[in-house]
Amino acid sequence: MSPSPVALIAEPGAVGDVTRSDAALRRFLHGLPGVDQVGADARAAALSTRSIKTTAKAFAIDLAISMIDLTTLEGSDTPGKVRSLCAKARRPDPHDPSVPMTAAVCVYNDLVGLAKDALGDSGVKVAAVATAFPSGRASLAVKLADTRDAVVQGADEIDMVIDRGAFLSGRYLEIFEEIAAVKQVCQEDGATAHLKVILETGELQTYDSVRRASWLAMLAGADFIKTSTGKISPAATLPVTLVMLEACRDWFDATGHRIGMKPAGGIRTTKDAMKFLVLVNETVGTEWLTPDLFRIGASSLLNDLLLQRQKMATGRYSGPDYVTVD
Amino acid sequence: MPTPFEYAPAPESRAVVTIASSYGLFIDGEFTDGTGGSLKSINPATEEVLSEIAIASDADVDRAVKAARRAYTRVWSKTSGAERAKYLFRIARLVQERSRELAVLETLDNGKPIKESRDVDIPLVAAHFFYYAGWADKLEHAGFGSNPRPLGVAAQVIPWNFPLLMLAWKIAPALATGNTVVLKPAETTPLTALLFADICRQAELPPGVVNIITGAGDTGRALVEHPDVNKVAFTGSTEVGKAIARSVAGTDKRLTLELGGKAANIVFDDAPVDQTVEGIVAGIFFNQGHVCCAGSRLLVQESIADELVGRLKNRLGTLRLGDPMDKNTDIGAINSLEQLERIRHLAGVGDDEGAERWTADCELPAKGYWFAPTVFTGVTQAHRIAREEIFGPVLSVLTFRTPSEAIEKANNSPYGLSAGIWTDKGSRILKMASSMRAGVVWANTFNRFDPASPFGGYKESGYGREGGRHGLAAYLHVD
Repeated sequence: MSPSPVALIAEPGAVGDVTRSDAALRRFLHGLPGVDQVGADARAAALSTRSIKTTAKAFAIDLAISMIDLTTLEGSDTPGKVRSLCAKARRPDPHDPSVPMTAAVCVYNDLVGLAKDALGDSGVKVAAVATAFPSGRASLAVKLADTRDAVVQGADEIDMVIDRGAFLSGRYLEIFEEIAAVKQVCQEDGATAHLKVILETGELQTYDSVRRASWLAMLAGADFIKTSTGKISPAATLPVTLVMLEACRDWFDATGHRIGMKPAGGIRTTKDAMKFLVLVNETVGTEWLTPDLFRIGASSLLNDLLLQRQKMATGRYSGPDYVTVD
Repeated sequence: MPTPFEYAPAPESRAVVTIASSYGLFIDGEFTDGTGGSLKSINPATEEVLSEIAIASDADVDRAVKAARRAYTRVWSKTSGAERAKYLFRIARLVQERSRELAVLETLDNGKPIKESRDVDIPLVAAHFFYYAGWADKLEHAGFGSNPRPLGVAAQVIPWNFPLLMLAWKIAPALATGNTVVLKPAETTPLTALLFADICRQAELPPGVVNIITGAGDTGRALVEHPDVNKVAFTGSTEVGKAIARSVAGTDKRLTLELGGKAANIVFDDAPVDQTVEGIVAGIFFNQGHVCCAGSRLLVQESIADELVGRLKNRLGTLRLGDPMDKNTDIGAINSLEQLERIRHLAGVGDDEGAERWTADCELPAKGYWFAPTVFTGVTQAHRIAREEIFGPVLSVLTFRTPSEAIEKANNSPYGLSAGIWTDKGSRILKMASSMRAGVVWANTFNRFDPASPFGGYKESGYGREGGRHGLAAYLHVD
């Protein structure tokens, strides 16, 4: 049997081989099996009809809360806004200490120090967007400085963007090297920041490109692959997440190493969140159902999860005034 | 180690449908007693008796055909196309309004998962009636000359795998073209047809235009052999189809047959692999494999066979088999003990022939009729499991080396109902599709149905087409 590119990567030294030149990397990425858009959409739609009720729903709500990267990425962000976001992340429902903390808060890098102080030793991580987020249009030197700035301030996680312009013009090795360089900064001077690589799938558009970009990021050392910045529509769709999860699964099959996945942007309701968890459960399996390997980048989602959680506890719906606005 | 995400039971309520303890025959707009005894319809997932069903005797069949003839002569043949369309639109709307009831009843009687009856069967039933309602007043423009005329009384016998959907495939075009019908549902799945009789009454369809009679093989034989029917339409096994063809020979009855299949699902090495795996699952495990056009022969290019089969097995491990009423069930019950025994027998033949059996690791419920998704590898054209229709969740995997070998193997079957082609190369799709001796060819998908698309077979898979504009021809004098 002639092994597929996916199987090839399992061989020792294979990563170095496929990334030794632009041509080799292109051959590898374009040799990946294609994605049929109609079929991928149909599979995601079929999984979204799963009916998650009672105990399964209660379990999934708490799991989803614990996976949220509670995010604010606005020009109008202030220390006050970030402090209240951090308070919310530590204690999502002030009346109910049994609600789990969110996984992280996600901010621009000038607010990392402030978020670190506000979160203290709570266990909630601080994620910073870097590399000229959201467009990625800056020189490598600027991107690395941007990343270093966040790491030095103590960011636990870096959410970088890839250069979509380079991707769409076929300069894959440039992206590979950029991700690898950012990863190196994440580990400079004993730092251990995790690297999430944002593909901005809304700009890549085709699922073939999404699959190739996922592999490119994993080859270059991403700890997580992430759909979107949240600044481009469409952001995290179910089929895109499916295609990326399949890439995570294939990478694991080939290397034995689990890469995390983060859909971000447009996930607003409990129902949406359930669909993503089902997708994870039935594509990569239970092993990925932990904040270490699956995150949801969101802001308004948390309040809907809290409302649904209250509903399950009391049997009736409360309302928007029974959850905190930030 | 994360906690498994267990889906809590999510059962659909059966309270939405009322099942009578017994049913008579729907003749001339009324439910009347049968004189041929009775049979029981059971829920194959629980073996619970759902209802007692009248068996139509020869005299009852005669009564039904007479009612249909009367309705044809006095009413339906004089009803304008626009007026016939009105009834069909009404029926389509009523099917939609009562879709939940119909879906639950179908699942109880047939054993198929509620998500399939809810999301596939019943929506397609409504779509079929809407589609043919649209043709009823446009027959002069359908390409069959300026004066296409109905045939008269149609005798229709349908199978148990898609009970209400097969009813729609039969009744919608027949009524649109101005024929009246006597329809016999399968003996194991008569309940949705009997509920449909109620929908006909609700739609105020003139009495006798649709007659539903129940019973087993003898009733079906009496119906198709009745001298006063003009048209016989049958969907079911090739064996019965041949018997019907013999009985109709020498009469002026028109005949369409939609029979068995052993479809090749052909996978090339450049196929979109994840969607192909989904398509293979949809091809053979949809509706427990009780699908005449099921992709029961997987023909995979040898160079990717191991990898593809490995991925397929992983995927099959995630299928949820069990209570068909649970909204999260993917694989329901086998429709009858008789069918279960046939599947077991043929799977046993596969073992004896030396093919390698693999079965998904899933627990089968204690009661009811169940068969776990099964894959045979190392199958060749010479194996019976590559040639005979199993009509169950059993896939035979064969390999090929070149496109011409794939074509040769795909066509090397007494059947020719459907085929599937998986490749990223558009030109290869076109070449392969035109080389298939099969009535339906799917490219990068499988088991997709649409009322606008004609459906039917080559060779022992039958003749005539149902669905689409072509489906009208089976019910018209087109000279």
